[in-house]
Amino acid sequence: MHQFIVRRCLYSLVTIFILSLTIFTVVRLTGDPALLMAEPGARPEDLERVRMQWGLDRPWPMQYLSFMQNVITGELGKSFNYRLPVSELYLQRLPNSLQLALAATLISILVGVPAGILSAVRVNTWWDYVGTVIALLGLSIPGFWLGLVLILVFSVWLEWLPTSGTGDWRHLMMPAVALGWYFAASLLRLSRSSMLEVLRSDYIKLARLKGVPEFVVIGMHGFKNALIPVLTLAGVNLVVMVNAAVIIEVIFAWPGIGRLLYEGIFQRDFPLVQGVVVMAGFMIVGVNLLVDILYAYIDPRIRLTK
Amino acid sequence: MPTIAMRTTLATEHMGEALKRVLRAVRDAPLPALFILASLVVVAVFADAIAPHEPTFPVKGAKMFAPPFWMEGGSLRTPLGTDFQSRDILSRLIFGARISLVVGLMGTLVAGGIGTAMGVLSGYLGGWVDQAIMRLTDAWLALPALVFAIFLATMLGPSMWNIIIILGLVYWTRYARVIRGEVLSLREREYVKLAEIAGASKLRVILRHILPNVLNTTMVLASLTVGVVIIAEASLSFLGVGVPPPEPAWGLMLSEARPTLMAGKWWLTVFPGLCIILIVLATQLFGDWLRVRLDPQLRNL
Amino acid sequence: MTPLLQVSDLQTYFFTFRGTRVVKAVDRVHFTLQEGETLGLVGESGSGKTTTCLSLVRLLPPAARIVGGRIDFEGEDLTQKSPRAMRRIRGRRIAMILQDPMASLNPLFTIWMQVGEPAYFHQQLRGRPLRERVRSLLTAVRIPSPEVRMREYPHQMSGGMRQRIVGAIALAGGPRLIIADEPTTNLDVTIQAQYLNLLKEIQRETGVALIFVTHNLGIVAKMCDRVAVMYGGKIVEQRAVRDLFDSPQHPYTRALLGSIPKIGSKEPLYAIPGQPPNLADLPSGCHFHPRCPSALPRCTTEEPPDCNLGKGGMARCWLVHQEAEAYHGDSTP
Repeated sequence: MHQFIVRRCLYSLVTIFILSLTIFTVVRLTGDPALLMAEPGARPEDLERVRMQWGLDRPWPMQYLSFMQNVITGELGKSFNYRLPVSELYLQRLPNSLQLALAATLISILVGVPAGILSAVRVNTWWDYVGTVIALLGLSIPGFWLGLVLILVFSVWLEWLPTSGTGDWRHLMMPAVALGWYFAASLLRLSRSSMLEVLRSDYIKLARLKGVPEFVVIGMHGFKNALIPVLTLAGVNLVVMVNAAVIIEVIFAWPGIGRLLYEGIFQRDFPLVQGVVVMAGFMIVGVNLLVDILYAYIDPRIRLTK
Repeated sequence: MPTIAMRTTLATEHMGEALKRVLRAVRDAPLPALFILASLVVVAVFADAIAPHEPTFPVKGAKMFAPPFWMEGGSLRTPLGTDFQSRDILSRLIFGARISLVVGLMGTLVAGGIGTAMGVLSGYLGGWVDQAIMRLTDAWLALPALVFAIFLATMLGPSMWNIIIILGLVYWTRYARVIRGEVLSLREREYVKLAEIAGASKLRVILRHILPNVLNTTMVLASLTVGVVIIAEASLSFLGVGVPPPEPAWGLMLSEARPTLMAGKWWLTVFPGLCIILIVLATQLFGDWLRVRLDPQLRNL
Repeated sequence: MTPLLQVSDLQTYFFTFRGTRVVKAVDRVHFTLQEGETLGLVGESGSGKTTTCLSLVRLLPPAARIVGGRIDFEGEDLTQKSPRAMRRIRGRRIAMILQDPMASLNPLFTIWMQVGEPAYFHQQLRGRPLRERVRSLLTAVRIPSPEVRMREYPHQMSGGMRQRIVGAIALAGGPRLIIADEPTTNLDVTIQAQYLNLLKEIQRETGVALIFVTHNLGIVAKMCDRVAVMYGGKIVEQRAVRDLFDSPQHPYTRALLGSIPKIGSKEPLYAIPGQPPNLADLPSGCHFHPRCPSALPRCTTEEPPDCNLGKGGMARCWLVHQEAEAYHGDSTP
């Protein structure tokens, strides 16, 4: 078990290294980092100052080292627009994105998983076809368009829900549905195939041979085994959602990280853009690591071997 | 001694078998999906002939924000309405099909090309090449596709070709993993080993034996991810970092429609979205069909 | 004496491709089993042995259905039972052991949970009595330190132990009949012998009847009282074990016995030519005729009837029929 954890951590470090290197390289290849990091309309002296501060006059490997040094200590630069450190802005907005992502994940699980399992248990019947159609629509209908249509129907025409901003559950409803829609379809597909595979297994057959009641066969034996991959996906996806709900947050004016990224782009606030991307990558890698370790605890096969 | 009667019976039996096979293929073919895709391609290719107006110029004499023809204030000249610059929505949609298809297909091509190449190299060459490519794949997969794409688009600047390249760079990782798995098992097949023993160079083995066999998988994966790429392009255009105006990219049309949404000008939002859904649905159905036909092993993907 | 199990004219077919393809997996099979008796069910893969067993417990895959025949178990016809009634029978009066012990056990649940399940549901045991029961079951299958083992997970056991645990699960409900579907195929050869001895002991202690499915004639010789040989969905020969080995009647049985290597013999190994038949596309007449070294013209067109061989034996073969007719003047059972 410990060997597993150590190896897994090392692996995450390598991933972080590659990610940061990628971001670092892309920035340097496509423009002058000094120009980007300095405010628009900076004078030559300002540029020099920025160069000194970020070590941009030194050779690339050294630059990378100081870049990483900065990143690890949380120094991601200062947003021009907000005049605040990027890391501070990020952490400020994080709870909002988290709230939205949690709501969206919850909705997707509540919709997608039961539908998927039902599809599997009643495979090739009407339920299954309905489930398949929903899954298909989920993949074909862009979440952001759904969001716009929801606004149209529920805010403009029916005037039931507010269009934007945060507040109570009424503000959360539409963005969560729009964000969770695609993921519900994915979960449906995954729970369905996972459950189908489990139902085909010998231990399910044996459970039936023991005379165990069907709802226990499916509810206990089938469910627990089928759910492992589904939960892993949900956990990982939650973190991705936190960082990648850009369009939904923009449409609904939700003050989260995605919107922060958008503002950064629009206002040419480069430190903000780079900072958010870096944080997104690191956060996801970190959570992947945690999930893998957690997974190892749940699955006795991994937990109890050396 | 086979008589003429027996030979003819045999021949007709063979023809009957062949005919049965053709009929079965036709019956199993995903007709609705193919029909939609074919129509979209035709529309895109012959956009100049089909579209009633110019997509990027205002229609002479038309109102701003005219609704669809069946509503009050609409006209048959601009059947699906006009936008904030009095441009005909229908024409813009038709020309937009071109953009979606080109970016979607080419982006998928680039992603599939890079991904397959990396997967093959990784799987076949093994060793540190494999490790390096796999670590790269994992790292890039960790970053959310949209965020990565936005970042690259911000750095490179919006243009159609940039977007194609960016989408290729973002989505190749999805191919690499699967292809690598394929290659790992192919590598052990006898005809590959025979070729290796016979002294064929690594390149030759890859080109002659490995590559043709993974192309099946590539095509199936491609048909499944085309939809994702199309939506990604729409998303990028919506955010303003994709295909730049005045091109009638559907995502861009949606973004332009946003300010008018509150005023109830629903047609500017609904129609472009429906187009996106249509094209993605068609590719998904086609991809599902392809998957079942081409490789039973991938049936559970 | 009424037999424990009497299968008459059982027909189980698979319906695929929306009913257009019919696979006659079990085609008019009949056999009887007395209390405490061991019947061997022998055949190549695809001969219908497993489907027969699944038909007995009515746990067929969705594409398959029993379309005819009776299964009389302890006097009741199982083909007429409701799913709920079958559920009460499974595990309690009829138990089954599957081939792969690792796949049969749920990796996420402890041993004691899985062994205790039949007793939990059929005899409503809970708490201490349940634990006691599990412990005694594990002891019955010779698992050392059952208290410790109970709390462990399947992957922590060896293959032989796992298969014994599966045996314990089978015994948990106190069944009168255990169906063992190739239980030793996945075990090491050394463990196989141990396991078979264990089964025999259990049978002696509990008097349970056994249907032993295998393709290994050596095991049949060791374990079984009677044997039924299956081919192409039908039973082609059914004899007492001694009789089968002494004087096999059906050409297929002869071929099977002939292909067993004998130590010390320098004769080339005899392999049955051809492939087992595709159950969706069976040869006409006697299904074995394409591979039969002694096929008569009649064999290609007509299905042979059952021929009574005395002492409860039977064979389905035109050759046997001919000989019997010549001998007895009549060969109807």
